[in-house]
Amino acid sequence: MSKPKVVLVSCGTAIATSTVVAKAIEESMRERGIPVVTRQCKAAEIRSHLSGVDLIVTTTPLPDNLGVPVVKALPFLTGIGKEEVLNEIEEKLREA
Amino acid sequence: MLAQLLDSHAIILNYPAKDAEDVIRHLSQKLLESGYVKDSFAQAALSREATLPTGLPLGGEINAAIPHTDVEHVIKPAVALATLPKPVIFRNMVEPEEEVPVRLVFLLALEEPKSQVAMLQEVAGILQNPQLIQRLTSATTVAEVQTILAENEAS
Repeated sequence: MSKPKVVLVSCGTAIATSTVVAKAIEESMRERGIPVVTRQCKAAEIRSHLSGVDLIVTTTPLPDNLGVPVVKALPFLTGIGKEEVLNEIEEKLREA
Repeated sequence: MLAQLLDSHAIILNYPAKDAEDVIRHLSQKLLESGYVKDSFAQAALSREATLPTGLPLGGEINAAIPHTDVEHVIKPAVALATLPKPVIFRNMVEPEEEVPVRLVFLLALEEPKSQVAMLQEVAGILQNPQLIQRLTSATTVAEVQTILAENEAS
C-alpha cells in the first residue's frame, strides 16, 4: 500500500466549501484507488500549510508560485465539469 | 439536516433586493433576531464577500451565492434563504473578476466543520440540481420550501 497523497483544500474560512470539497475528494479518489488524506486551510494562510502537501485544491483564488500544483474546485459545488476536475486531480496525484 | 437548520423566520421569498449587500444584511438580521448570530455577523459576512466572494455560476438561468463568515460571529448554526425576483450581482468565488447574477442566496452561519458536513453537502447537492433550484426560486410560501427540502432529503 503506497503512502496516502496529501491534498490541501483551501477556501475562505476553512470551514464551509473546503469541507464539501475535501469529503468529495476523499470519496472519489478512494473509488479510483488513490489513498488520500485531506487537510483544510484558509486561503490567506496557505503558505504556512504547504509542508508535505502533494496537491492544492481551492475554491478561492490563490497566489502563484506556491511550488505545489493547484486545481480550482468550483465543480464540487456547482456540479459543472465535475468529472473533468476529478480526472485532473487523479492525474496530478498519480504524478505527485 | 438542512430543513432543520433552515429557520422558517429566515426564509425570505421573492425579496426585492437592491444589491448583494441588501440581501446579506436582510438575511443576517433575520438570523440575529432568532438568536443564531452576533451583531458582528452581517458586517463580517459583507467584508468576507468583498475580499472572498461566494457567487456560484450554475450553468443555467439561475445562479446562487452562499455568503458566510468566520465561526466567531456565530452563536449556533443556521441557514437563511432568500429567493430574488430580480438577480443581484455577486462575484464568482474562484474567478472574482467575473460577475454572477444571483437569484438564490443561502446565508450560512457555520460552526466547526465536522458537525455540519451533511448540511453543507446537502446545499452543494441542491446547487447541482437544476430542477430543485427552479422549484425553490418559484416557491411562494415557506411551507412549500420546507416541503421541497424535506422531499429532497428523503430521496
